[in-house]
Amino acid sequence: MCLAVPVKLVEVDGDRGLAQFSGSRREVGLQLLDRPEAGDYVLLHAGFAIQKLDPQEALETLELLDEMAGLRDSELKNGI
Amino acid sequence: MVFDRLENYRDPARVAALRERIDAAACSLKRPLRLMEVCGGHTMAIHRFGIHTLMPPQLDLISGPGCPVCVTPGAYIDAAVEWGESCDGIVVTFGDLYGVPGSDESLEEAAGRGLDVRIVYSPGDALDIAERHAERKVVFLGVGFETTAPVVAATLGQARSRRQTNFQVMSAHKTMPGALRALVECGDSALDGFILPGHVSAITGAEPYRFLAEDYGVACCITGFEPVDIMQGILSLVLQCGRSEPKVDNRYGRAVRPGGNPRALELLRRTFVAVDSQWRGMGCIEGSGLDLSESWSDYAVPAPDPRLESENDVRCSCGEVLRGVITPPQCPLFASSCTPKTPIGPCMVSSEGSCAAHYRYTL
Repeated sequence: MCLAVPVKLVEVDGDRGLAQFSGSRREVGLQLLDRPEAGDYVLLHAGFAIQKLDPQEALETLELLDEMAGLRDSELKNGI
Repeated sequence: MVFDRLENYRDPARVAALRERIDAAACSLKRPLRLMEVCGGHTMAIHRFGIHTLMPPQLDLISGPGCPVCVTPGAYIDAAVEWGESCDGIVVTFGDLYGVPGSDESLEEAAGRGLDVRIVYSPGDALDIAERHAERKVVFLGVGFETTAPVVAATLGQARSRRQTNFQVMSAHKTMPGALRALVECGDSALDGFILPGHVSAITGAEPYRFLAEDYGVACCITGFEPVDIMQGILSLVLQCGRSEPKVDNRYGRAVRPGGNPRALELLRRTFVAVDSQWRGMGCIEGSGLDLSESWSDYAVPAPDPRLESENDVRCSCGEVLRGVITPPQCPLFASSCTPKTPIGPCMVSSEGSCAAHYRYTL
């Protein structure tokens, strides 16, 4: 029930925003975020954005993992 | 962009590399480990992606009490039905709760008798229903952990600013740390590590779990819901146990900051107070529930007394399943009289209950 999906904010208007995911758009509540901006990636849960996602942190996680495992791009089905 | 491509976190080469590391770390363990995934979302992901089949024999993955629907007591369902009948009101709920058995009947069965029950995706939709039916009372069933409670709090804020007076909430929100303390204290789960809930932690941060590592010596790792996330979490737990250095590790940094979401936490503090709460299968746990604070009393429909034990089906072993004492197939009803089509206990009703996950992906 704590299901939350990563979505991209495409419009922000006060406490309301428009999110795009899987080819569709949906209105989301932004009351729980500090200064949301169009272009931010957020976690969407039950109609509200509950946290901003950090792209830098996401990249670093994968890079660290690949380095640790000695994985090269050619071995990955999906490079970063 | 990295978030557009969930495949990044599902890459077979990454999962295989992590599996090798887990196998190597498990080899040097002095004894097998029991690791509990607390969150129902993790339970589903572990079964859906077959992660349990990748585990070396030294690791036992056990499901925990983190499916809010599963731990909501029957008395709460009874109270919702009673409220709807007493005022001819509209009962609005998340879909997961619809089929969960009360003492006598589920919301679904009550709806069959004529009770007006509506299923929504967001509490905001419940507020819209109240707006469209200004002449009737509307109650939203506030079920869920720290992930969901702020969303309900934000909706209450909207209700007040719209002066929507026919909208109320019956809160059975619960908080994780008290339940995890109860689990490690009761001893019969015998746990070495927790895979901590990713989206609860996006709100709370890591701090509320520190006592688990420091006072009880249980390894902890917050992680996300993709295969690479979960495998990283398991590796962290095995390494912590191998070194006897338990801590709260965070492997979901893209969503979980050390301090969580301060804005959501502040909203929780302004809207709710901590109260004792009844957990199905675990009993009444001190301070593990959230009720609306006094300043929101005009929006509150009281939930049942948390000390009230529900009369559950005596044949049902969901309590033991929720504490990780038995696995779903060890329940005599599992897949015989209790199936997703004819569920007897909540762990089979909820889409993220561990019995439903076992039934769907393991049989």
